Amino acid sequence: MLKVILSRVIQTIVVVFFLITFVFFAVRAIPGNPFAGEKALAPEEQAALERQYGLDKPVHIQYYNYLKNIFTKGDFGNSSAMKGRQVSTLIAESFPVSLKLGIVSLILGMGIGIPLGIIAALFHNKWQDYTAMVIAMAGICIVAFVLGPIFQLSIARPLSFLNVAGWSRTSDIILPAITLCFGVAAYLARLTRGGMLDVLSQDYIRTARAKGVPTFKIITKHALRPALQPAITYLGPAFAAIITGSFVVENIFLVPGMGQHFVLGITSKDYNLVLGLVLFYGILMGIANLLSDLALIFMDPKLRNA
Amino acid sequence: MFRNAIITALACLTIVSCERRSDVEIANEKNILIIGNSGEPKGLDPQLVSGVLESNIIRALFEGLCIEDPELNNESRPGVAKTWAPTEGSNFTEWIFNLNPDAKWSDGVPVTANDFVFSYKRLLSPDPDWPAEYAEMLYFLKNGEAYHRSYFGQILCGNDPDFPLDWEILKEANFKGERSIKLSNFEGKSFDDLEEIDLKRLKPYLDNGESIDLGKITAEKVNLEQLSAKERRIFVNAKGIDKLTTDQLKFLKTDTALLDWTNKIQEEVRQLVLDRIIAHREAGKPNLWDKAQVGVTAIDDFTLKINLRGPIPFLPEITKHYTWYPVPKHIVLRHGEINTAYSSPWTRPGNIVSNGAFQLKTWRTNHFLELERNPHYWDYNKVSLDGIRYLPVKNYYTETRMFGDGQLHLTYTVPAELIPMAKEKYPDRLRQEPYVGVRFLRVNTRNKPLDNPKVRRAFALAIDQQAICEKILQGGQKPASGIVPPFGKYKPPGVIHFDPQKAKALLAESGYKSTSSFPDISLLTTNSESGLREAEALQAMWQEHLGIKVRIMQREWTTYLQKQYDSDYDICVAGWIGDYLDPTTFLEMWITDGGNNNTGWGSKKFEDLLAKAENTADLEVRMDLLSQADRTILEDTPVLPIYWYTTNYLIRPEVKGWNPLLLNNHPFKFVKLEK
Repeated sequence: MLKVILSRVIQTIVVVFFLITFVFFAVRAIPGNPFAGEKALAPEEQAALERQYGLDKPVHIQYYNYLKNIFTKGDFGNSSAMKGRQVSTLIAESFPVSLKLGIVSLILGMGIGIPLGIIAALFHNKWQDYTAMVIAMAGICIVAFVLGPIFQLSIARPLSFLNVAGWSRTSDIILPAITLCFGVAAYLARLTRGGMLDVLSQDYIRTARAKGVPTFKIITKHALRPALQPAITYLGPAFAAIITGSFVVENIFLVPGMGQHFVLGITSKDYNLVLGLVLFYGILMGIANLLSDLALIFMDPKLRNA
Repeated sequence: MFRNAIITALACLTIVSCERRSDVEIANEKNILIIGNSGEPKGLDPQLVSGVLESNIIRALFEGLCIEDPELNNESRPGVAKTWAPTEGSNFTEWIFNLNPDAKWSDGVPVTANDFVFSYKRLLSPDPDWPAEYAEMLYFLKNGEAYHRSYFGQILCGNDPDFPLDWEILKEANFKGERSIKLSNFEGKSFDDLEEIDLKRLKPYLDNGESIDLGKITAEKVNLEQLSAKERRIFVNAKGIDKLTTDQLKFLKTDTALLDWTNKIQEEVRQLVLDRIIAHREAGKPNLWDKAQVGVTAIDDFTLKINLRGPIPFLPEITKHYTWYPVPKHIVLRHGEINTAYSSPWTRPGNIVSNGAFQLKTWRTNHFLELERNPHYWDYNKVSLDGIRYLPVKNYYTETRMFGDGQLHLTYTVPAELIPMAKEKYPDRLRQEPYVGVRFLRVNTRNKPLDNPKVRRAFALAIDQQAICEKILQGGQKPASGIVPPFGKYKPPGVIHFDPQKAKALLAESGYKSTSSFPDISLLTTNSESGLREAEALQAMWQEHLGIKVRIMQREWTTYLQKQYDSDYDICVAGWIGDYLDPTTFLEMWITDGGNNNTGWGSKKFEDLLAKAENTADLEVRMDLLSQADRTILEDTPVLPIYWYTTNYLIRPEVKGWNPLLLNNHPFKFVKLEK
């Protein structure tokens, strides 16, 4: 167990380091000027800004300074698009929002996706299966920027207590969470169905059936745990992805989350912001993968000794 | 199990039933205006922002000398200044503003004339680490530009009444550098690669067939001793006295003839000029504010004197712009130096103090920003709203839906595709109003075949502006016959109109006989949907009327901007919005090598007209001169006007005091919510 944790941690550190290095040079390779505005900047002003952000130095020195500031001062730098604001503050402000929305939509997604997958597997190749899979396929295919406006117009507008967009009422979480959960639910349904079909054809299930164990009990007691393995492997990274926010959903529903920082950071060439987010996301991804590994070990005794 | 279900149901019900009123209904009760503001503000320092969305917040937070009239364009109401008038006999070059002694910052400290002096000194800080994009707005002040740009010659010699030579004569010397020779253009190039246009500029300094080492004169540190005589001359004149380093100035002292001084300036005067600048540099460049004599003076706490670079009868109009707002000296200095830029936290919630009708209450990134009434505001009783909430809605489709759902009193805009829907659904809530802004195409006049004015004009006349306005935009925009939109007393010269016959004829005249042999040119635009639609329309019009197929080049925003600054384009879509109600806000950018010109175009005639207008106080003569200047640009056509802007937005009927204003700068002080 400890070995698993340790190796995962080391893996994460290595991966994040490579990730940061790659992204550091990649964002600087994107054409465009971080300080360009609609009004032209005088060359002296451009130079002054570059000096302030350390961009006047050679790239390898910038890289060294960036890492040095992180390790010695825990300083991820300032945003160049929203000047005067620290990257760490921007992340600290927006992450709780994305976390809350992410967890709610993940729970919703699990609540819809897993039962749907089980039903589909139980009624393999019957109309229930086809219906469930059509829904799942639709959930994968119909993207948030289509679903979002549909929900806004068809749910929020007729219901007076639901707002079209915003983040001030408790109920404001409902629509973005539903929109976000669709993709998760769809994948989970397909993965659960696959896992379930696999398990249901196993000998020990047939034995249980032969012994006359009721179907409900077979599923909850014997089949579900192993059947969920593929779903859990998926849930780790999905969790990391969903709690770091979605640009589209945040943009449509006016959610002050982290997702928009990713996209706006790139379009405005905000190097520090992009790097801070990638670093944060990388670490989260490492943690999420570790958690899903641990969950798998917990659920499958076969893996415990491996 | 059963009990759990009941509890859950109840919990759901409480969430659901707690609020059935819409946001706007609640806000009406609290007397708060909710408006869509298109995005997260980059900052709240009036001297460091340049965007429209920031200005919408800053206008409510701060107050300048004069403020906008809620109904009338070109009218000014008292802000911090109670009364104002030009000094008699000064021909609008000197103004006295009598400040209201009751005007206070939101912490109760009085707003004084010293705050204004401090603010203007701050915005004009010559420190290169002070990146104020909008400092130019204070160049209207006498010596404002000289202080901001560190024109040492003018400050140290010109402003000194004891200097032996009058500045009128002395200024003929090359202080600011030869504008046509930009050393940065030569960086990394060898002499043989230079383009014809650059060679032509260097010609006065070189004999025929002679070449120089460009690497040496573009190096970071240039040691004049190591250059040849010709290189020295080119370097020194390209830089100008004001920008030379101490060592270079000392070298120049040994041979003053390297620089273009006119013959009227004797050797001893030249030495004196150089000595003064060297002495200033060696003293560690002390601040020159006092010596610069910038035209802003606090006569006493409540009397402010403004001296201008020329007669400006419309000064009150300019003082409404946020660059002319005061910033609180006592607060700014508490959190940093006078010119601490973005690292100063004085505008953060909890620190910021403002003098407008409102003060900052809450500011959450990408969430909302809320203002509340400023209890110390001098005209507190006239302010109707108790607060304003700005929502950073970037998605304009969402914004329109939010309006429909009663979440906003006022939208920032309406997307073109939704205008027909809005017209049908909200006929009395949709407003379409003229807005002083122009959409146009920049043409890179350095590139063939666009260096030919006839070709440019052919392109301009082949644009069916009406079709773009009516079929694509649908927002009431007007075809632009010139660069400056019509307003007040200004009448556009009306040069550019859709005329395919004439366009064809011009193209034929230009010498490009067959359109198939026409060189390949591209049209640069942004990667937005609307940008593409517009570009495709232009492409189709040129194809149809001229038979020329232009390639569309879409680039994302910052790359698109950078390409313009680098003049790395053939034709490029652009827009410009007026800062104040005067044609110069649209015309000044077209001076030779102006920071926002980027077309390579320049005209002596045009600049002379602008200069003449600058020294004319008579409104009608002035407008006529500016109209001629507009015409001069259009006849040469380095810009192809497309349309004049309008604003389209949705507004709820309970919002009162929100009237059409050409600059769309609505004074929040006068806005009311009718119950």
